[in-house]
Amino acid sequence: MQVASIHFKERAHDKLNDALLQKNLVKFKTKFVAARKNAIVELDDFEGTREAARAIRQRSLDDLDTWIEIFEANAAARGATVLFAQTPEEVNRLVLDIASRHGVRKIIKSKSMVSEESGLDHAIEGAGMTVVETDLGEYILQINDYEAPSHIIGPALHKSIDEVATLFASKHGTPRKDVIEDLCLEARGVLREHYLNADMGISGGNFFVAETGSVVVVTNECNATLATTIPKIHVAISGIEKIVPTLEDVATLMRLLPRSATGQSISNYVDICTGIKGQGEFHGAEHMYFILVDSGRSNVLGSDVREALQCIRCGACMNHCPVYQNIGGHAYGWVYPGPIGSILTPMYVGLENAPDLPQASTMCNQCGVVCPVKIPLPDLQRKLREREFREHLRPWTERAGLKAWAWLAQRPALYAFASRIGVRMLRRWGGADGRIRHLPFGKGWTMGRDMPAPAGRTFRDLYRERETTA
Amino acid sequence: MRVGFFVTCLVDLMRPSIGFAAIRLLESGGAQVYVPLTQTCCGQPAYNSGDRRDAIALARKVVEEFEGCDYLVAPSGSCSGMIRTHYHDLFVDEPAMLTRVQALAGRTYELTDFLVNVLKLASVPGRFDGTVTYHDSCAGLREMGVKSQPRALLAKVPGLSVKEMSEPETCCGFGGTFAIKFGEISTRLADNKCVDVERTAADAVVLGDLGCMLNIEGRLRRRGDLETRVLHVAEVLAGKDEP
Repeated sequence: MQVASIHFKERAHDKLNDALLQKNLVKFKTKFVAARKNAIVELDDFEGTREAARAIRQRSLDDLDTWIEIFEANAAARGATVLFAQTPEEVNRLVLDIASRHGVRKIIKSKSMVSEESGLDHAIEGAGMTVVETDLGEYILQINDYEAPSHIIGPALHKSIDEVATLFASKHGTPRKDVIEDLCLEARGVLREHYLNADMGISGGNFFVAETGSVVVVTNECNATLATTIPKIHVAISGIEKIVPTLEDVATLMRLLPRSATGQSISNYVDICTGIKGQGEFHGAEHMYFILVDSGRSNVLGSDVREALQCIRCGACMNHCPVYQNIGGHAYGWVYPGPIGSILTPMYVGLENAPDLPQASTMCNQCGVVCPVKIPLPDLQRKLREREFREHLRPWTERAGLKAWAWLAQRPALYAFASRIGVRMLRRWGGADGRIRHLPFGKGWTMGRDMPAPAGRTFRDLYRERETTA
Repeated sequence: MRVGFFVTCLVDLMRPSIGFAAIRLLESGGAQVYVPLTQTCCGQPAYNSGDRRDAIALARKVVEEFEGCDYLVAPSGSCSGMIRTHYHDLFVDEPAMLTRVQALAGRTYELTDFLVNVLKLASVPGRFDGTVTYHDSCAGLREMGVKSQPRALLAKVPGLSVKEMSEPETCCGFGGTFAIKFGEISTRLADNKCVDVERTAADAVVLGDLGCMLNIEGRLRRRGDLETRVLHVAEVLAGKDEP
């Protein structure tokens, strides 16, 4: 996927002024936040479970190489082939290789954000094959000329029912339907046929289980079940960090994932695909491939933002982020939006290509509080800010302002002198009503707000006066 | 009990009356207040902007100024949160300093938390005729656990009633330098907060951090709301008198 994160500010501006999107975002926010809140009280010890989940993810990452080897051995023992992709391009090449080896003409896909990183669908179409997205959200985006996803679990939730109704009527050439159920049925009718005549199914992977060599796929629409069992070939693509040691670990993580994501106790479907179809078995692909994707992940593993790899992609951080809630996912300019995206995007595509993302946070830490695996998201954003500061990736004016402030603050006498004059001038600048409507060096502030004028004298001066007269 | 009062740079420069109100409250609870006059800034702007070296220098200065006190109290969840929950990160490679930082961090309090849980204030001098709504500042709430303390204190103010807004815990959009770097997004968040405040029809929005105060007041006025007052919790609790 094309990286547009460098244009974060302009994109955020457009989104803030997109009336329809703003309406859709309000609906989204109220729904997800309330759903999670209701769901987490079902657990006797939510905080304890969070801590256990964090520990599982940390253990997985501590010995990632070992777990990958164990996974590979167990997957191979059950007839699957495990492949590794270093780069996004390699993901596409591996998929096309597999497809050409098996003479594939049509591919169906359940949702895979990792495949969005490499623009896999375009590569497949470029090679002359057909690809059909089966996750309803992804399907909507695909038939809308491959619109970009705006959320990791609800790729199309920036769209209203009305927009989808218009899209379906025009792309399917059917009478317009305005009820959600009818729209779903229509999509199902279209997709059903593709399931039946596809040669290959591609799925993502929420977890790779080392002890069994399985991939776990969490969905609400049964599309992954169909995509991984009907075609003769199943290719599961996900990041190397998605490995967990045991199925028991998956059980713990699954107590948190749907609850944190959509507020469900459990998703409608949880597929655990283990090995190729054995003799006498009804389900499963005859050929099974795993593509474990690095694409920057091992860099993250060896960095000071490593905890970002604990992520289980529930989306709670973006659902609860006041910035995301107001600008939506497209403003962030790549696959992963919101707080986790503000770490992953710069790490995967280069900090110089997304310099605003670690900065675009008030550090309110609502994301850190809701994260089911306790990723300290604002701390990680700060780590990236430190790198930006070190590598001079921010505008010089910003740096100069900060430096000047810090320099002054380390010299109390000078600070006292400068602040005495400064507050007096600003007091005057504020006029009779004490409202500063325009600040030459703070346009970002005064473009939408007044700056209440200071009282005119500093606390330290007044305090010293009081103490000497007392 | 010797309480070091960290006034915070914003209160010092913008609203000194809040500092005096806080001192009055501390003294009414029996604290002996000490104010180092060399104090400036806790270093948070540098820290959150990635300028670690300056953050360390300023943190060191704060520790030196305040470690002789029994407690450090600030009328801000943000600055006290910086000292209590982040300073240690700045000295991970400096064990001797780390020990001193941790000792001070354990004695660092946000004002209302200190009044309720250490001084156990039974009554407050203030009086307020009207309804207020309380905004939970992010750092106070999520770093310092400040939620019930200001409400418990406000309940002691004669004439005052609290009407909660629908999302008191949602960020107002200040975020330090964020407010200037991303003015448009920041303004939208502030605007949402103002709408929430105005829906309560409260006479004042009360809070415990000056950054949020300037942000919310600035947006209310720009929206044309000249009525709703924006007050620091210390001002309401202490009542008005001297500077």
